[in-house]
Amino acid sequence: MDTVKLTIDNREVEVPRGTTILKAAQSIGINIPTLCHFEVDNLGIHNKPGACRICVVEVVGRRNLAPACVTECMPDMIVRTNSMRVINARRTVLELILSDHPNDCLQCAKNGNCELQKLAIRLGVRENPYNGEEHAQSTYQLEVSPSIIRDMNKCVMCRRCETMCNQMQTVGALSAIERGFPAVISTAFNQHLELSPCTFCGQCVAVCPVGALTEVDHTSKVIRAITDEKKTTVVQVAPAVRVALGEEFGMKPGSIVTGKLTAALKALGFDYVFDTDWSADLTIMEEGTELIGRLTKFLAGDKSVHLPILTSCCPAWVNFFEHQFPDMEDLPSTAKSPQQMFGAIAKSYFAEKIGVKREDMVCVSVMPCLAKKYECGRDEFKVNGNPDVDYSISTRELARLIKMANIDFNSLPEEKFDSPLGESTGAGVIFGTTGGVIEAAVRTAYEVITKKPLPKIDFEELRGLEGVRSATIDVDGLKLNIGIAHGLHNARKLLEDIKAGRSHFHAIEIMACPGGCIDGGGQPLHHGNQEIIKARWEAIYRADREMPIRKSHENPSIQAIYKEFLGEPCGHKSHELLHTNYFDKQTTVVVDVEK
Amino acid sequence: MEKIKSLADLKAKREQLQSNLKLREMGDNVDNMIQVKVAMATCGIASGAKQVMETIINECNTRKLPVVVTQTGCMGYCYAEPTVEVKKPGQEPVVFGHITPAKATELVEKYIAGNELIEGIIPVNYEKIDK
Amino acid sequence: MANYKYHILICGGTGCHASQSAQIKENFEKIIVEKNLQNDVQVVGTGCFGFCEKGPIVKMLPDNTFYTQVTPEDCNEIVQEHIIKGRKVQRLLYLDPKSQEHKSDSKHMGFYKKQLRIALRNCGFIDPENIEEYIARDGYKALASVLEQNDPQGTIEVLKKAGLRGRGGAGFPTGLKWELCRKNAADQKYMICNADEGDPGAFMDRSILEGDPHTVIEAMAIGGFCIGASKGLVYIRAEYPLAIHRLRIAIDQAREYGLLGNNIFGTDFSFDIELRYGAGAFVCGEETALIHSMEGQRGEPTFKPPFPAVEGYLKKPSNVNNVETFANVPVIINKGWEWFSSIGTEKSKGTKVFALAGQINNVGLIEVPMGTTLREVIYEIGGGIKNGKKFKAVQTGGPSGGCLTEKFLDTPIDYDNLIAAGSMMGSGGMIVMDETSCMVSVAKFYLDFIVEESCGKCSPCRIGNKRMSEILDKITKGNGTMEDLERLKNLAKVIKDTALCGLGQTSPNPVLSTMDNFWDEYVAHVVDKKCPAGQCRALKQYVIDPEKCKGCTACARACPVGAIHGTVKQPHEINQEACIKCGTCYEKCKFNAISIK
Repeated sequence: MDTVKLTIDNREVEVPRGTTILKAAQSIGINIPTLCHFEVDNLGIHNKPGACRICVVEVVGRRNLAPACVTECMPDMIVRTNSMRVINARRTVLELILSDHPNDCLQCAKNGNCELQKLAIRLGVRENPYNGEEHAQSTYQLEVSPSIIRDMNKCVMCRRCETMCNQMQTVGALSAIERGFPAVISTAFNQHLELSPCTFCGQCVAVCPVGALTEVDHTSKVIRAITDEKKTTVVQVAPAVRVALGEEFGMKPGSIVTGKLTAALKALGFDYVFDTDWSADLTIMEEGTELIGRLTKFLAGDKSVHLPILTSCCPAWVNFFEHQFPDMEDLPSTAKSPQQMFGAIAKSYFAEKIGVKREDMVCVSVMPCLAKKYECGRDEFKVNGNPDVDYSISTRELARLIKMANIDFNSLPEEKFDSPLGESTGAGVIFGTTGGVIEAAVRTAYEVITKKPLPKIDFEELRGLEGVRSATIDVDGLKLNIGIAHGLHNARKLLEDIKAGRSHFHAIEIMACPGGCIDGGGQPLHHGNQEIIKARWEAIYRADREMPIRKSHENPSIQAIYKEFLGEPCGHKSHELLHTNYFDKQTTVVVDVEK
Repeated sequence: MEKIKSLADLKAKREQLQSNLKLREMGDNVDNMIQVKVAMATCGIASGAKQVMETIINECNTRKLPVVVTQTGCMGYCYAEPTVEVKKPGQEPVVFGHITPAKATELVEKYIAGNELIEGIIPVNYEKIDK
Repeated sequence: MANYKYHILICGGTGCHASQSAQIKENFEKIIVEKNLQNDVQVVGTGCFGFCEKGPIVKMLPDNTFYTQVTPEDCNEIVQEHIIKGRKVQRLLYLDPKSQEHKSDSKHMGFYKKQLRIALRNCGFIDPENIEEYIARDGYKALASVLEQNDPQGTIEVLKKAGLRGRGGAGFPTGLKWELCRKNAADQKYMICNADEGDPGAFMDRSILEGDPHTVIEAMAIGGFCIGASKGLVYIRAEYPLAIHRLRIAIDQAREYGLLGNNIFGTDFSFDIELRYGAGAFVCGEETALIHSMEGQRGEPTFKPPFPAVEGYLKKPSNVNNVETFANVPVIINKGWEWFSSIGTEKSKGTKVFALAGQINNVGLIEVPMGTTLREVIYEIGGGIKNGKKFKAVQTGGPSGGCLTEKFLDTPIDYDNLIAAGSMMGSGGMIVMDETSCMVSVAKFYLDFIVEESCGKCSPCRIGNKRMSEILDKITKGNGTMEDLERLKNLAKVIKDTALCGLGQTSPNPVLSTMDNFWDEYVAHVVDKKCPAGQCRALKQYVIDPEKCKGCTACARACPVGAIHGTVKQPHEINQEACIKCGTCYEKCKFNAISIK
């Protein structure tokens, strides 16, 4: 390999050509502080605008200090990462950043988990030299949307959210506006997020180093619902939550905490603690049946049927195609997401079963996601104004609730989900990562189509973290072409292919967040540590393997509900409760520009 | 418009166009030029100063002489019209009277191009204001 | 074709245009026809003559008479007197302030004497809207010979040997820049002209585009040939409508003559130019920001490398040069590198155009050989300080340049000397300040420009410059402390050391250079709470001398805030707490009893 040798802080180091000073220093244990820099290689996230200038280092022979995050190592370079010139510059720059940042750390959602705060501690900042009345702070309107709160007074212009929104997601809701001191990240024409093409995927929130972008917090509402004696509270927990929540309590990334999580929810006082994995199994029954139906008609030459079928369990992805590809709305499966299927069943079948009126039931979901907050507020998921799912809280909010309730999470004895909406399979668990939904669907479709048991349950060819993956599954002679994309820029590629008639897929799974739900916008912050993503990903498949039943159609509770309530998959009742339709949400801004 | 297709084309075009700017090029270097003034008041024009001026300009052009030709008002020598004043760089101006087109050619040939005085010099008997 | 005996050249630059030069041209044309002189007199609108202080300028040829401050009403007299009667209109000639003599030939005027016009060679000489006049002045000859020789590397060598450096500010060797771009193979490359002139007061690029657009087109084509680009882009400020208009005409004409388009001069080389309009962001003069802006991205710089020569417009190798740089190229090729490199200093060859402004007699656009001293520029060309005041400082390099004092007056101007002196060449703004300028306020003025124009990308520039400006504001209001000065100095150094692009790295220069050269003035503001130049309003004190005051009450009646008290025919007094320092009393006093402290 082509390498270069250089000296960093009097130590020689040899790195591949093209390595940045930052990474070269890291390789010998020198940790140069950064702020705007954000890279997660295995998810293809790269934000290195070289904007904050915290990582500046001295390169002997250069006039100015060099940003370590973007400066490539050159042969015989002599780098000083800790000379007093560097320290003074770094600290002065940090003081400047802090001088335009509110000092309300105590109430900030990021208190204790803020990269700027950590930096201030690390560089020993003890005073704000710019606190006189002559020094202004930039002020912006606080904006609260259904999922995301934008408090741009706290923005440090690291541009991470912009990178996520534009490069990773190709949504284009957020970008820098204005210039100079008032420069800030905003929507086009400073419009409300809901009027922008925002999908509420929350990836901007997931990467924000400070408290500028945070989730809408529903913990207070949940507490009030639990304390309201007239209400029966039902909670569901999404698959990806169980492989990440432990991180909030100091556990090793990848710890599976299903039992403790259930115990904690019970301790919090929820009346019924159920599992979204159950409704994930239900989703497979509906979506799988829809796939088989469409596929059969398609193969029989029915021109009114279009393929590929696209999964529809990711609400940010649904928002994305409603905004960007509304003319393709006949492609996604009409099946609701597991969250909404759960809510619809909980407030009908289950409410009836326990004799509670729909209005007296509060359905809470714990999700790795922020788009779920938006999703549960959609009008089509309400009956007479009463939503199927009342509140969706993120993994982070649940952690906050548990801490608030003084529950010692680590020493909790494990408990089991309640019945009947708590029984699930390994197929439901793998919904939590990219490739999981389609693998679960294939496990069921295979057996339904062939009426034969699967020779091998694990479809390794569908797994991985590559942005776009494809595989051909041999279903007893029928070659099923499967596509998988995560990260909306990858989804866009596949959609453009379909539009241009270049797609050969029969079914495509799409997850808005890179990595799928394990890296959702509502998960514990990983601060760019890709090992955490990898550990969560492995944990999902481990949890799948540990399940006694691993195919959705074998879930006895699912079989039971079809028998006693729903009838058959994609039947009349299913259509009423478990399927939905999509809307054209194209954002058009009419700008009157004189020629 | 015919397109310019080669260096030769451009050269031809330039040569054809250059004369248009000759006047301005001269102005850029007016101190080192021979300045010729033709008196063009009524008296001068009546006695043929216009033709004289044309002749001088044409003769100088064909000989490629560095000469700035301008007109001026009545010099006061109405008896000797048309009159022409020639000022060579660093020399006092000399005024010639009774210049006909034929004499103008001689003036260019002998005095302006060479340095030979010709007949018809009018002695300068006033102080010039405009130098 | 008419054999004109006279040419009347009328300046059509933006400055003269604004003072009715179009009307003047129209009047001349009308009068010429009325007097039946249309076969003898040609009326030509040209580009800028540079002497904007005295515009509108009308130049008469062949006798090279230079009329200043001409009004449309003067046209008749000029035709009648100058052309018909051969008498110069004395009152319109330039009056030399020293000798009090009228100068008729611009060459004898101090303003032009020391100038050498290379980049501006055609400005004020040809009709910019007529390609034929450009061709007559050796136009497109350089392109033709470059194409005929068919040796792009050889042409690059010529530029390298000539020593031409970028006139946009940084002074990077042009030949080397072209060579770097040439070396990167690609299916498409771009030759980009940076016409996003943004320095306050600088207008050389505009003047060149308005006065000689073809030279830029020709140079871009030469550059395109050398680097292997078939597309040229001019990024020009939308606020330059006249330059855009003339450039468009010039491009159309060049296409019509086959000098742009396919197979130029019958060779394989094809080249065409498109215009892109900038929205007036100073930072878009920075090449990476300029490229992003052209791509439809936010106009902000990115870290180099990759340099545009590797990854530029649409990720293709691109070369960006400034207008003035381009304007030098055809001449160098026509006259040879030996000629060009004989002009200037050791490391800075050729000439530089400066926009001379401020407290100086001759405001305008000048072009001088590199190595001319500031003294020559200010006192000989600029005609010295206005109203006989004392010279205090000259600010070069635009908002990110520095202020130089008397001790630098004899420094030969070139890239390296200016940097050594704590300023820079920049695009060539030169603002002269007299003794009444407060250097703290001057630093704040420039800094405020940067605060407005920073793109906001990197923290030192976005926040640091704002903080510096706030501290300077505090100082000019009399609230500064010595600690503030220290903080200011540290901030300036750190911003210079850490900012992302050239704009940010040079933004503290006005502060640093004024602190270096006028430290006492800062201290006076901070310690004595005095502004030595008497400019800082908050530090002024109006005082009534009881000896001189007659008690006429004029001041007390005029004071808008009732801060002056006293009885009639008794000395009055100003209540300093209430005084808003508007200066009305000072103006009203007939007895010079009020002084400013």
